[in-house]
Amino acid sequence: MKPSGRRVRSLFFIVGLSMLALAGCDDPKYMPVLSPQGPVARSEYYLILYSFIVMLLVVLGVFVIYFYVITKYRARPENKDYVPPEIEGNTKWETIWTVIPIIIVIALAIPTVAVTYKLVKPPKVEAATTAAVGKSLTIDVISEQWKWVFKYPEQNIETVNYVNIPAGVPVNFELTASGPINAFWVPALGGMEYAMPGMNLKLWLEADHPGTYQGRSGQYSGRGFAHMTFNVNAQSPADFAKWVQTTQRTAPKLTQQAQDQIQKPGLLNKPLTFSSTEPQ
Amino acid sequence: MNGVVNWAVHFFMLDEGPLIWLSDFLIGCATIGIIVALTYFKLWKWLWDNWLTTVDHKKIGIMYLIAAVLMLFRGGTDGLLMRAQLSWPNLHFLTADHYDQIFTTHGTIMILFMAMPAIIGFFNVAVPLQIGCRDVAFPYLNAISFWLFFSAALLFNLSFVVGGSPDGGWTSYPPYVENFFDPGPGENYFLVALQITGIGTIATGVNFLITILRMRAPGMTMMRLPMFTWSVFITSIIIVFAFPVLTVALALLLIDRDFGSHFFTVTGGGMPMQYINLFWIWGHPEVYIVILPAFGILSEVVSTFSHKRLFGYSAMVVSMIAIAILSFVVWVHHFFTMGAGPGVNSFFGVSTMAIAIPTGVKVFNWLFTMHKGRVEFTSAMLWAVGFIPNFLIGGLTGVMLAVPPADYQYHNSYFLIAHFHYTLIGGTVFGVFAGIYYWWPKMFGVLLDEKLGRWHFWTFMIGFNICFFPQFFLGFMGMQRRMYTYPAGYGWGIINLISTVGAVLMGVGFLIFVWNVLWSARFGQRDTTGDPWDGRSLEWATTSPAPEYNFAIIPTIKGRDAWWLMKKTGESINGPKGVPFRPIHMPNNSGRPIIMSLFFFIAGGGFIFQWWVLAIIGLLGVLVTMAQRSFEYHDHHYIPVEEIERTEAAAGRL
Amino acid sequence: MSNAHTAVHGDHHPVDPSIPVEYHEEENSLRIAGFWVFLGSDLVLFSCLFATYVVMHGRVAGGPTSQQLFDVTGFTIETIALLFSSFTCGLATYEMRRGNRNAMVTWLFITVALGLVFLGFEIDEFVHNVSIGATMQRSGFLSAFFTLVGTHGCHVTMGTLWMLSVIIQLIRYGITPITARKAFIVSIYWHFLDAVWIFIFTVVYLTGKVV
Repeated sequence: MKPSGRRVRSLFFIVGLSMLALAGCDDPKYMPVLSPQGPVARSEYYLILYSFIVMLLVVLGVFVIYFYVITKYRARPENKDYVPPEIEGNTKWETIWTVIPIIIVIALAIPTVAVTYKLVKPPKVEAATTAAVGKSLTIDVISEQWKWVFKYPEQNIETVNYVNIPAGVPVNFELTASGPINAFWVPALGGMEYAMPGMNLKLWLEADHPGTYQGRSGQYSGRGFAHMTFNVNAQSPADFAKWVQTTQRTAPKLTQQAQDQIQKPGLLNKPLTFSSTEPQ
Repeated sequence: MNGVVNWAVHFFMLDEGPLIWLSDFLIGCATIGIIVALTYFKLWKWLWDNWLTTVDHKKIGIMYLIAAVLMLFRGGTDGLLMRAQLSWPNLHFLTADHYDQIFTTHGTIMILFMAMPAIIGFFNVAVPLQIGCRDVAFPYLNAISFWLFFSAALLFNLSFVVGGSPDGGWTSYPPYVENFFDPGPGENYFLVALQITGIGTIATGVNFLITILRMRAPGMTMMRLPMFTWSVFITSIIIVFAFPVLTVALALLLIDRDFGSHFFTVTGGGMPMQYINLFWIWGHPEVYIVILPAFGILSEVVSTFSHKRLFGYSAMVVSMIAIAILSFVVWVHHFFTMGAGPGVNSFFGVSTMAIAIPTGVKVFNWLFTMHKGRVEFTSAMLWAVGFIPNFLIGGLTGVMLAVPPADYQYHNSYFLIAHFHYTLIGGTVFGVFAGIYYWWPKMFGVLLDEKLGRWHFWTFMIGFNICFFPQFFLGFMGMQRRMYTYPAGYGWGIINLISTVGAVLMGVGFLIFVWNVLWSARFGQRDTTGDPWDGRSLEWATTSPAPEYNFAIIPTIKGRDAWWLMKKTGESINGPKGVPFRPIHMPNNSGRPIIMSLFFFIAGGGFIFQWWVLAIIGLLGVLVTMAQRSFEYHDHHYIPVEEIERTEAAAGRL
Repeated sequence: MSNAHTAVHGDHHPVDPSIPVEYHEEENSLRIAGFWVFLGSDLVLFSCLFATYVVMHGRVAGGPTSQQLFDVTGFTIETIALLFSSFTCGLATYEMRRGNRNAMVTWLFITVALGLVFLGFEIDEFVHNVSIGATMQRSGFLSAFFTLVGTHGCHVTMGTLWMLSVIIQLIRYGITPITARKAFIVSIYWHFLDAVWIFIFTVVYLTGKVV
């Protein structure tokens, strides 16, 4: 956690009344969006922070004028005979409050566009970790009603309702859906993207450190939608490689029966693991 | 026999538990109560002659507003049910299915059956009076618009107790809402009801566009229009160009569901994204359709109660035009997460931020209207003054949402929920309440009570902020919209509980308002002058309520704030003394609009339940009523001079 | 901004002979203006259907493509019939301005007849498509095709019914400002449908035959 982040987070708490303290929200796990655990979430977090500060300045500025005007010019018995002047407008002032917002919008637009373009590319990787697992990892994500299926095409592994990734390696999630639209969201690692039938959208995410981060669906898809959560387990590259090997050796093959079970609308009791991605 | 009983039990949803039974009971009681009361007091003829067949814009406006308040109650009840369910982790007060239906009806009703009729109600109440004419351009069409909206609202609300409510969200994204995933009549209710009210809304748009373009009193140039009328003019243009897009989106989805085509299905080459695009090409202009008139109301109220001319009139007009244009080029910001590519997302992100510029101009102009004024905090003004900070928070969080990478984190979260409630409640609802307190004497000849009005404002305003401010934090904590429950351990419970308390307080505020209406009807101060606020625009020149023909003699306008100028120069609204009245040409009442909408209702039922005989009967009925209208030649009458003299004399205006 | 305040409910003015007959009352001019605005919104409706059609054109899901389906003779005859009906409709307006009721009614009848020819060929095309299994349930492309062309066909059907009702009124009441206004509005509608058809002809049929 960078210090500037903590400062703004405490600012949020002041604004957000003491109720947040009541809820014990200073624990990072409660505010995943504001405690980014990877480069993607971090660049989004900085934009959130930046836009929040800019907007806060605007709010404060307007509030000062607002309270000044409504207290100073309030009708009182003393000013009963005051007849307000008929003012048509004031070109100078009107120009000022047109130009200032334009400047603010430009100031906001530049980093916005830069980051928007940056996020379609994989995050930069540290050299040390690339050696262990390779440059990046591709995982196909399919949203079923109402579960998440993760296929590792290169490793020939399929997991349901959890996904293991190596920390420090950019992961390319390729999102699709077998039915209704869902959104794949791991707030601590980065923003969401839709999983849609007949489409294949890319989402780059990366975890800084090993750890477990919760993900969920961000797009309503029917009665089981609220339960569409999954864990993202970031492991050290070595642990990840070990997990891949163990799984390939010990996990059962995906059977047609299991496949049907996954595709049938409903919830699963526990996460599943298979050592093949196509039903045998 | 058993089969029929089972079918009926399922059809009338008697197997769905006590919530439905209670609703059935209440609906039954209310219906019987209304019928008995009307019969006992022999009011059927009065109701038919004065209200159901009226083409008078003032009465149509009042009916729109009554319907809007009823729908606010319905939508608010839905909201309270949702807040009750979410107030603590792991509550199962509602099942997932019921919760899904309730958030869908909440959103749909609030936008299309509450905000729209409230706004259009004020179009009707104020615009013809403000521009100095005797009715809208097409009074008969105006009645059709209202009754189409009314039958659509009835149809939509019927879904709660007959056949099942829609459960796809008010945006109803396919492919979830296709038959394969979401069978049953629920979603059809959504599609058909919105289609019917949409047709009525397009007619309203055409009507007010022509009214304002062509029916202004002599001397009332465009740049002398009251700001509310300007906002209606621009809104009408948006309606005319945005609503047909909704018509298409809904029609294609209904064709998919009723006839098995493949527009938005998963199989057969369907493309769900096309619906999402069409929906928001309408959907984003739609939010400006409900906010621009609220801006207009605010401009009137702020200027009236600051006793000062509206600051920066031309800038206000230009900024509304800019907002209208921009509103058509920002729709993608509703789905930055649909993978449109960085170029597209950047363009729509920046165009969305650009809307803040004209909106900011408007906020500063309101502040500078109050500057150097003498600001009287009446109830209407309280709502207007409350509008500014609340809408500001809504608008600026909107700018935060317009940053695509940040939106990837906010999308569909409670941050978004908080944002649009700040704009729609802090903006539209506050504006509508301001309008209600402001124009109430003009509508009914009686003022709403100021003390109750203050209580109403403060409970609602405080409740609103307690309800929605915490939701910004829920968004950062990862809570998504449309979750019917959530487990403990995320720290969401206490914040949701606070939010629910706020929602209850808003409910209390609403009840105070209802009490205020009832109390004032009996004991409220009568408005005998027609101008209780020392108003500036022409509607305050008429009596309260205005006579059927609005103006005995059409006034000649000499400048902006026409009535204010007349008062200053001591002119009478009926012109110089001795100008004789002439017979006034007025449209006849007609029962056909309500009958036509009944046929729309029948046809709608046919499309919902796929009972094609019913659909054909309904559509034929519509065609026949249209043909009858085509052959109707005697649809106007003259109000004789004696009657005008009598009316004006009774108002002391001779 | 003329003395429009007297419109609708205002007083009748002496008739200015230089104004066409359908504009002889303020109320008529309002209604014609309103109808133009309505056509604007109808145009948006068709634009959305066109956009959907273009998006769906390639989504045939293994079913028949536009190239296999479209019949050049059929859509050429439809086009000629509708273009010609627009011309006869214009002649009717011309006769209306000359106050020639019988000629006007004759041209309107011919317009309706040409509209029916158009509809006949369109229905024949639809029936043929359905008979070979190219229904709107077959693919996204066919859904969009039937909806776009069918919506236009519905408009034409409405137009013929409407024109018939105007013809009856013309026969009954002669050319008055009111019947003239009705005839004028239905003729604008008819020309509008013709313009939409030109787009259907190029975007759907010609492009679909080539691409």
